[in-house]
Parts: sequence; structure tokens; C-alpha cells
Amino acid sequence: MTPDQTTPLVEMRDISIAFGGVRAVDHVSIDLYPGEVVGLLGHNGAGKSTLIKILSGAYRADSGEILIEGKKVTINSPRDARHHNIETIYQTLALADNLDAPSNLFLGREIVTPLGLVNDAKMEAETRRIMARLNPNFRKIKEPVSALSGGQRQSVAIARAVYFNARILIMDEPTAALGVHETKMVADLIQELKRQGLGIFLISHDTREMMELCDRVSVMKNGRLIGTERVEDVTEDDILSMIIMGKKPERAA
Amino acid sequence: MSDTQIADAPAPRRRNIFETLELDTRLLGMIGAFVVLAVGFHLITDGRFLTPRNIFNLTIQTVSVAIMATGMVFVIVTRHIDLSVGSLLATASAVMAMTQTLVLPEWLGLGLGHPATAWIAIAVGLATGVAIGAFHGWLVGYLAIPAFIVTLGGLLVWRNVAWYLTSGQTIGPLDETFRKFGGINGTLGTTGSWIVGLVGCAAAVWLLFSARRNKVAHDFPVKPMWAEITLAGIVSAVILGFIWILNSYQVPAARLRRNFEARGETLPEGYTEAYGLPYSVLLLIVIAIVMTVVARRTRLGRYIFATGGNPDAAELSGINTRLLTVKIFAIMGALCALSAVVASARLTNHSNDIGILDELRVIAAAVIGGTALAGGIGTIYGAILGALIMQSLQSGMAMVGVDAPLQNIVVGAVLVLAVLVDIIYRKRTGARS
Repeated sequence: MTPDQTTPLVEMRDISIAFGGVRAVDHVSIDLYPGEVVGLLGHNGAGKSTLIKILSGAYRADSGEILIEGKKVTINSPRDARHHNIETIYQTLALADNLDAPSNLFLGREIVTPLGLVNDAKMEAETRRIMARLNPNFRKIKEPVSALSGGQRQSVAIARAVYFNARILIMDEPTAALGVHETKMVADLIQELKRQGLGIFLISHDTREMMELCDRVSVMKNGRLIGTERVEDVTEDDILSMIIMGKKPERAA
Repeated sequence: MSDTQIADAPAPRRRNIFETLELDTRLLGMIGAFVVLAVGFHLITDGRFLTPRNIFNLTIQTVSVAIMATGMVFVIVTRHIDLSVGSLLATASAVMAMTQTLVLPEWLGLGLGHPATAWIAIAVGLATGVAIGAFHGWLVGYLAIPAFIVTLGGLLVWRNVAWYLTSGQTIGPLDETFRKFGGINGTLGTTGSWIVGLVGCAAAVWLLFSARRNKVAHDFPVKPMWAEITLAGIVSAVILGFIWILNSYQVPAARLRRNFEARGETLPEGYTEAYGLPYSVLLLIVIAIVMTVVARRTRLGRYIFATGGNPDAAELSGINTRLLTVKIFAIMGALCALSAVVASARLTNHSNDIGILDELRVIAAAVIGGTALAGGIGTIYGAILGALIMQSLQSGMAMVGVDAPLQNIVVGAVLVLAVLVDIIYRKRTGARS
């Protein structure tokens, strides 16, 4: 399935991983093109998050290969993934609650002074700059993020992903904990990042939201890939039956 | 107190004088408790507690535990524990004692009193501490054995390695240069102490104002100038006051006479000399500064606190948490070795029971100093203050004449009470416990 002529930004080929005896991801292949949003759908435990964690470096695949812009790469750690400009917004947000927003935003990539000490003032200024763009209401820069609301925490996690010029963005349930207003904010952001030519993997339970935000959706069930469809080719019911029954929609000729 | 502030509120308002000065209320609480304790003992002992002599003794007794407590902060912040510090101290002390009394003078033929002996011994001790600490860290980080178990094993192993190395004998007397780190045997004297004090004041003022400059450079709000100057004044007064007290402790005349006679001179009439700042206390101050810089201003410190707050997040941010664990325990090991220098130098020999129960004192100091066992929270100055409070309590009770078992009962109860107060405080201020 190659809808464009260009090289995919990411290609995950024939990926498998097992935990104990359980095949969490079973020979799955997916790809992602620049300026495209690909949705990953499936039940809890279908293997979406596991698959995506292989790309973000949190897990190592037992077999299969990952290609970034046509070149084979090895991703053994989150650091490797970041090196390939892959940024991830985790469902759990992965924030250190006891640290403030700038420390979280720059965690693992601190700005340092010539002496090698962390430059808190610079990081704080940069955080204010990006937050002014993402979430102008964000004011609690110096507080531990445990003191922030769900939406504010989410903006910290998003800011962390987009600040470092990501080319490939993975969003695991980015709107799960958010109110209406903040969900809209995330949707707008996704559109903007698309225009900038980023490729986005989006994981969600909300089929309707996925139909709106994604260009293609890949459906997984029990670790297997059921199929990948362009959203304009299928109905919401088609997708639901793929998720629930694991059946590919029948094509009208 | 800013937990009541909502997201859309304007820039935070300054409520009271403490907030204007941007002082940590928790630190103030601890200082308050310490002052109450000290004044209380002073009154009960008819003015024997807050004398230059007792304050001098108190500081040198605190140093050994306080040095280790700064390292314990890192260990506890990352949700680990180290039960082996007392035993590690004993092993490092044994190794250093053997190095300076047997290996260097006899095996390597340097003889007794060689000027390099103390430094070589300290280097060997540090290497021992770092190696053992790193080994603990490797077991915890890479083999995923809980730190509680690794260091509980270490508690037994290293206590008895020390015993084995020395055949259980007291090793001494230690090298003369080495003994200078023990406290009363090595002090800076009046002039040197004043110089250190003034340098300290200058550094504190410079730090305050360079932080302010940095904030101004990024258009952040700064506290009013009078608050900055007040703070600088308070800090300088505390530093110089401390030096003044230590400089008021006169060397007893009998001891001076002995010193002069040893040099073949006689003690001039009316001659006095004060001890001033002990090297061991200077060592603690340097360690406190270095550890605070590591905690606040380096990536290592940032990663330690991030890992304590959320280990998964740290891992996903590309932090090598396993290697981080090795580094933390290696730092702890190095500090145990430095503590061993101070502790054995103070006793002027290595004894088999050195450092016994120190692990509990060190953990208690860190916890009383506000380090949360749940991880992610703790300060270096808090741990040192915690050690000082514990030592004051112990010495104070001894001066009052409280029976030994009662002393320990009180110290134990105070530890539990301190943690309770801390929990209540954190709930009130809305911080995470």
C-alpha cells in the first residue's frame, strides 16, 4: 500500500515482539509519509502502544526492521529515537511531577552554560516562548508539574515533543484526559504540524475523532495488523467491524 | 503557598516578608526548631550549651554524619536506600589505617611521618569507597536487586571486611597530617578563619546578585532590591557570626604551653590563641557546596531528581537510569570514605566499632532534613541541618545528664515526630508528600 510516490518518512517492516509467551506485536508493517497523520486503532491490549513504543525506543523489537526515509536504522533507546527526530507524547505524559515545566521540557536535553551547568534562566525563557504559542493561558512555569491541571500537563508534554523540531511525532491518546477546549487545541495543533510536513502517528480509542484527524488508519487486533485504510474509503462502521471482528471491509468493485 | 493561585491569575503576588525574600519556609521551620532546641538546652544547662567551646565540639561531632547525609539525599531521592554507609565507612577507615601504618611505612619503606602518607592513604580510601559504592550501584541498577537488600548485605559484609583487614585490632596512632582532618587537631586559626569567612560572604553576595542579573537578563520578575540586600546581610551575618564563635574558643593554656615546649620555646606571658575553623568543618562546607551545585545546577542532579519523581519518565527521556544508579552509589561511597577520614582522624586511630549505627543516623538526618522516602524531594542543606539537630539533641541530653537509654528513646521518637510534622506541613502547603 503506497499511496504516494515519495519515500515514506517511517517504515516499520514485519515487526514482532513477545513478552513471555504473549505475542504482543505479530509481524506488523506500517508506514508514514511526510505531512500525513496515520491513526492506530484497536482494543486495549491490541498492541498499538507496544508497536509505537518500539519506534520510540522504549522497547526493542524481537524481529523486523525500521526504516527512516528509506534508510535502515537501529533504535535501542529513547535517545536513539530522539536522534532520528522521533518525538513521543505518551499516554501517561511521562512527566517528572516534582520538577517544573522547563525542567520537564528539556529533560535529557538541558541547555547548559559554557561551564556545563544547566542554564535554568534560558530554559525558562524558552519555555515561556513556546508556551505563549501553544497555550497562552499557561502561567505556572516555576511550579512542579504536579500542581498543574490535566490540560496544562498535556501542553507541557506536547511542548516537549514539538520544541525540538520533531519530524516524526507519536501521540498516544493525546486527548484522553482533556476537556473540549483543550481537545480542540490539540486538533488544531495536529493540523498545523501536518502543514509543516511532520508525520504523525496517532493512537486513540475514539473512532470518530480518528476519522476527522487522520489520513489513514491502521487497525490492530490481538497483536496483528488487520488492515490499513484511507479514511475517505471507509465508513466508521467499517472501522468498528475491523476493530471488533477483525474483518477487512469488503471492497465495492 | 502558591497552590491557591489559579492558572489565569496574574503574576504571583507577594504575600508576606518571607515570600518577598523568597526564603524556603520549611528551612525556616527547621532553623526555628534548632534554635528552640539550642536555647532550651542552654537554659537547662545553666548556660553551658551555647558556648564557643560546645558549639565547636558540636560542629566537629556533626561533620562525619553530615558528610554522608548529603550523599544519602541523592540515594533516597532516587527511591533507594543505603544501609551500608556505617560499614563502608569502617572498611574505608580500615583500608586507610592499614595503608598509613603498614603498607606505606613498612612494605613500601616510606617510614613513619612521610609527608605524602596522609594523601596517599586518603586517595586509597576514596578509591575503595568509590569502588564499593559503584559495585552496590551496579547490583542495584543493572542486576535490579533492591537497594535495601544489596546494602543490607553490604552492612554485614563491609563491617566484617574491616574486621578481617585489621584482625579486629585498633590501628593507630594515625599519621600526623591525617589527624588534622579530625577537628580539634587541625584548625585554621584566627586569621585563616576570618579570611575563609570573608571569602564566603563575598561568594554569597556575588551568587545572590549574579542570580538577579541572570533573571533581569531574561525579563523575569525579581525581588525588590532592599530584600536582596537584607538577604545578603543576613547570610553574611550568619557566616561571620559562626566564624566569630569558633574564633572565640581559646586553646587552653596548658595545651599552648605543651606546644611551645615541643618547639623548645617558652609560652610568652599573656599569649593566647584560638582554634578557629576546623579543617573537617571546612571539608563539610566544601562538600555541601559541591553537592548543592551538583543537585541544582548540573544535568546529573537534574536526572537524579527527575528519576526520583518519575523513573519511567526519566527512562523515556533518554536518561540512562542504570548508570545513574551506579553514579549515585559511587558518590555515596566516596562520601563514606571522606567521612571515614574525619571519623578516624578524630579518634586518632581506627577502631573496630567505628561507624556502628551510622547508617541510621545518616538516614535519620536526611529524613529529618526533609528528604522524602517516596523520592524526588530533598535538599543538601536540609540533610546537614538534620544532622546538626540530631547531634545537638544527643549532646544536649548528655550534658543535661539524661541516661543513655533515654537519649536513644528520645532520638527515635523525634525522628518519627519530625516525619509526621513534615507530612502535615506538606499537606498544608499542598506539595506532594
